[in-house]
Amino acid sequence: MLTELLAQDAVPADLMAARVQMALSLGWHIVIASFGVGMPAVTVFAEWRGLRTGDAVFTRLAKRWAKAMGVLFAVGAVSGTILSFEMGLLWPGLMGRFGDVIGLPFALEGIAFFVEAIFVGVYLYAWDKVPPRAHLFAGLPICVAGVASAFFVVSANAWMNQPRGFDLVSGEVTNVRPWEAMFNPATPPQTVHMIVAAFMVTGFGIASVYAVAMLRGRRDRYHRLGFAIPFTLAALLTPVQVVVGDWAAHFVAEYQPTKLAAMEGLAQTQAGAPLSLGGVYVDGELRYAVEVPNALSLLAKWDPDAVVMGLDQVPDDQEPPVTVVKWAFQLMVAIGFGLLGLSLWWALAWWRRRGPPRSPWFLRAAALAGIAAAVAVEAGWVVTEVGRQPWIVYGVLRTAEAVNPAPGLATGLALVAGVYLLLTVATVLVLVRMARHRDAPVAPQEGVPEPVDSPR
Amino acid sequence: MTVADVLLGVLLAGLTLYTLLAGADFGAGIWDLLAGGTRRGAARRELIAHSIGPVWEANHVWLILVITLFWTTFPPAFAAFASTLYIPLTLAALGIIGRGAAFAFRKASHTLVEQRLYGATFAISSLATPFFLGTIVGALASGRVPPGIAEGDIWRSWLNPTSIYAGLLAIGVCAYLAAVYLIHDARRANADDLVAQFRRRALATGVLVGAAAVAGLAVVAADAPDLFADLRGRALPLVLLSLAAGIVSLVLITTGRYRLVRVTAALAVAAVLWAWGAAQYPVLLSPDLTVAEAAGDPTVLTTVLVVLGVGALLLAPSLLWLFSIFQTSRRHADTSPLKRGT
Repeated sequence: MLTELLAQDAVPADLMAARVQMALSLGWHIVIASFGVGMPAVTVFAEWRGLRTGDAVFTRLAKRWAKAMGVLFAVGAVSGTILSFEMGLLWPGLMGRFGDVIGLPFALEGIAFFVEAIFVGVYLYAWDKVPPRAHLFAGLPICVAGVASAFFVVSANAWMNQPRGFDLVSGEVTNVRPWEAMFNPATPPQTVHMIVAAFMVTGFGIASVYAVAMLRGRRDRYHRLGFAIPFTLAALLTPVQVVVGDWAAHFVAEYQPTKLAAMEGLAQTQAGAPLSLGGVYVDGELRYAVEVPNALSLLAKWDPDAVVMGLDQVPDDQEPPVTVVKWAFQLMVAIGFGLLGLSLWWALAWWRRRGPPRSPWFLRAAALAGIAAAVAVEAGWVVTEVGRQPWIVYGVLRTAEAVNPAPGLATGLALVAGVYLLLTVATVLVLVRMARHRDAPVAPQEGVPEPVDSPR
Repeated sequence: MTVADVLLGVLLAGLTLYTLLAGADFGAGIWDLLAGGTRRGAARRELIAHSIGPVWEANHVWLILVITLFWTTFPPAFAAFASTLYIPLTLAALGIIGRGAAFAFRKASHTLVEQRLYGATFAISSLATPFFLGTIVGALASGRVPPGIAEGDIWRSWLNPTSIYAGLLAIGVCAYLAAVYLIHDARRANADDLVAQFRRRALATGVLVGAAAVAGLAVVAADAPDLFADLRGRALPLVLLSLAAGIVSLVLITTGRYRLVRVTAALAVAAVLWAWGAAQYPVLLSPDLTVAEAAGDPTVLTTVLVVLGVGALLLAPSLLWLFSIFQTSRRHADTSPLKRGT
């Protein structure tokens, strides 16, 4: 009895600590991992253009990006490892019961990550040890494996939103069907949404570095191309992402109506539901929001008079933190449309004049787009993770039941947060230094800064 | 033999490869720590950075594979393991961050201050991580992680004589493997002085770690009598194999067989892990959680085994290619970093 009471006492603070630690580690990793997914393709593209055209500027860009990729990949490899530890040390109640159900995508991810690590070793260190063509081809498995890794890991997260592929017989997990678990209904929209997002973070992220340089007056061909290649990729994908995002929202409306109600702050179930912008959700009602009549029904169900489920249908103990989810969702959408506008600006300038926009405001906006894209990814993860609460496995297992009951998780959080703070500072410093330092070698043991444009 | 047994074997093989490959990378970091002042240790540090640079990430992936395969194959055992041992796991995780990130940052930084700072982080975390991982093995081997979530003592499970012994042994083993591997790397780089240095270090750590490993068994006998009885019982052939391989390695180093000694030194270390496995089988967690009871859903296990088999077809040639590029290519003497500026 006493131990039970103590256990109950210990849980809320430690549960919050565990959730914050997971959010911190995941939120940190996802930005780096986005570059891991998208950057190989951009780098290999530049290398290929360099080989095909003999244009040394492309090769210089490829080498520069490969170097940044090396740092990001190393940091991503370790921050990803921490997550695999944390799955167990923070959420043993999840892993003990469902570790095998979601094991398949993780085994596949392990293989994909292995392929990535092997070929990254070759790609970064053997630039001058293997023939140029072999080197280029060594980049391709990195591109494929990066996207595959993202698919596998996100499919495991999708399973937490739409748990399938197992039977519960009096609380026991039986008859596991691993492929069905992996290809659950949430997998297609969620994985596509994230993979496209990863390429957008990469594209806008790299471009923003060159936008800053161009604003400072470095407008030679190296910087113009360094901007144009990643920015064009991201600009092409942004309208695609708007469509994919709409698909994902329709999915949520159908399969996780509670999450949709939280995203929209919809208090009452109603026909012809309005779309509300902003606002704070208090005591079962949304205050201070701007409403667009019937818009939510139209967007979510393609019918202005359709009935949309509100939070009044959700038992109090199953309601996610509405205001957080709603603001995160609106932030993501707002950034998405901002990036869409920027992409259209770029497209329009090329269509009209065959050249980039001339306004310095375009570059200023582009310089911010990299950070904005990363913020949008964070906001999207807040929507899907916080919007699923109080469940860790939707409708099956509560987060509070999964957390490690051992004492002291808050101390662990403080330690981890401190290390991540240092890691963030160091990563940013190294990357900034790298962006400023010109023509440094790919690997330091090559010693002298090599003339990067020399024909091999 | 069940699918779960086979996967346990795969887990042990993965752990062995992690120890032999990533362990040596940690060991290289330990030698970096002990390499002395900036100028005096420069050549040694450069050889170390050059040797582990291209391969450490691939070597590190073995750990990720072991962790994910652990929870897939034996979910309840993994939950008990991770919840009871969350403190050393967190500390090892932070060490892994420090090692990997600082190594990459040092490579990318240009000023001496930064290189020193990142270099120190890299080296110290290379020492700390194997220690914590070793204490975790000690906790499992001495039966201090009971089944059930957070059922074990979160401190004494890994702060006990067997765990400390295993943690120190892990450090010693990493340093030993690294020294042995680096002799041949130094020879390939035509750095005779470094060959002599790492040869001395390999011999010294070989004798020291071997003697400490054997003497430390007294600690195990007192602290974990069940484990000791099994090590002296059915695991004895593997213990003797480790001892024999260790002695042969010393002979091979003194006679200059620097390539062959890599195999025997690796065998000496691997046999320790296998002896632990043999001593404990079929119990995963003391007192009574066996392989069969902890095994996950049979469909999942079969599927994962097939996936791993197919994956191995992809990975084996890729890995061999990676190692062959960096183990066979001979750098031109004039661009060798070991010659530059000395």
